[in-house]
Amino acid sequence: MKKPILVGVLALQGDFACHLSQLESLQVAGCEVRRADDLNDLDALIIPGGESTTMSELIDRFDMRLKLTEFVRHRAVWGTCAGSILLARKVDDPRVRPLGAVDMVIRRNAYGRQVHSFYDEIEARLNGTVSRLKASFIRAPIIEELGGKVTILAEYQGSPVLIEQGRCLVSTFHSELHDNTLLTRYFLECIVLDGRKGCPG
Amino acid sequence: MNFEDKDYRIRVGLAEMLKGGVIMDVINAEQAKIAEQAGAAAVMALERVPADIRADGGVARMADPDIIESIKKAVSIPVMAKCRIGHFAEAEILQALEVDFIDESEVLTPADNANHIDKWRFKAPFVCGCRNLGEALRRIGEGAAMIRTKGEAGTGDVSEAVRHLREVIGAITRLTVLPEEELFSAAKELRAPLTVVKMVAERGKLTVPNFAAGGVATPADAALVMKLGAEAVFVGSGIFKSSNPQQRAVAIVTAVAQYKDPKAVADCSRGLGEAMKGISAAEIPDENLLQVR
Repeated sequence: MKKPILVGVLALQGDFACHLSQLESLQVAGCEVRRADDLNDLDALIIPGGESTTMSELIDRFDMRLKLTEFVRHRAVWGTCAGSILLARKVDDPRVRPLGAVDMVIRRNAYGRQVHSFYDEIEARLNGTVSRLKASFIRAPIIEELGGKVTILAEYQGSPVLIEQGRCLVSTFHSELHDNTLLTRYFLECIVLDGRKGCPG
Repeated sequence: MNFEDKDYRIRVGLAEMLKGGVIMDVINAEQAKIAEQAGAAAVMALERVPADIRADGGVARMADPDIIESIKKAVSIPVMAKCRIGHFAEAEILQALEVDFIDESEVLTPADNANHIDKWRFKAPFVCGCRNLGEALRRIGEGAAMIRTKGEAGTGDVSEAVRHLREVIGAITRLTVLPEEELFSAAKELRAPLTVVKMVAERGKLTVPNFAAGGVATPADAALVMKLGAEAVFVGSGIFKSSNPQQRAVAIVTAVAQYKDPKAVADCSRGLGEAMKGISAAEIPDENLLQVR
């Protein structure tokens, strides 16, 4: 890293600890975000996996919606699984009120219940290079529609599973459950620092 | 026993996703919806909550599939269900019903007094209860993807969950400072597989998420177990045996999400009405304890 950055992980519910330990292993400062004020000094935010209904409800209960919506519009953000649902423009289920940062329509639990959850390796085009990522799809959503400003970085079984739009990164799968930090490094170096040099690939 | 198995990692993965959340016991679709709206991360589909199982006596078994199906239809969050200890046929039924997590639970009457289920051969993940580290590690050795304390279910008395959490976490801490050659006899004392003992000694924590259950009845109880190191909280009878389940469900979810902030826990604890009456775990004769199963 060229300059010290601070990355927050939304810690209302979910696997926020996995993201924090990936950041720690890369010697990047990370912190839990449980209140709107926790967003103040952050360079970037990760919205982890977990239950999107729970997170959506707690975002409103703790009066975080306004500040979060503002944050994800202007600063670097990465949503994984439930986090990707929260970043969408539209969700198939009214129980989740998304933040609308990314021009996409997403469907929850689209592969089915837990017995249909699975692991696979996927190929992603990161910074001009094809990289293999370890991917766990756990009660994962499927992106059903994409707007014109969205770039697809990886597809799986004909659906986009890793996309970016501006400073938003969206993965419908979990890479943070594995020891491979490639996607975290991509987020930090190519989106947070926004320096196209030195991106992993 | 292959802790690197991809399907096993996927099972543990769901447990990771439930961290920081509340898993609520529900007996019908209406209760399940209240739980989901309150922000529960999952529900446990049951025929009777533990307090009623305790009061009714008799043999407690897996719930009617109709109850489980109606709860699955009512909510979008993961649905768990309980099978009896060692009753792998009940577990197979629950897996066929596509339940998201199976609780091999001491709250039901055990079906096998010598063996737990071989959980490695299931696609559905299992959670098992424990009172101490040895029990936790044996269950992990059998393939459990999540461990929870047993506490003393259906009492509304959190003291046993506290005891079990302290037992487990204290014993892990002691393992981490043992020289490697002493881990062999530690495994023997814990009556647990050496591989699992070694992994836990190295990491300083269980290899699967460690949740609290058994006797949580108030937001303060939930905050207490989180502060003691639990990674999420199961609430059994504590919500729907209280005078105002909806408000209490909301409050307990808030307390778990904000457990580090006593002011927030204070605020959500106001005006909740009566908590479940409960019984002191110390007054229960040993032969009626669920945790010894």
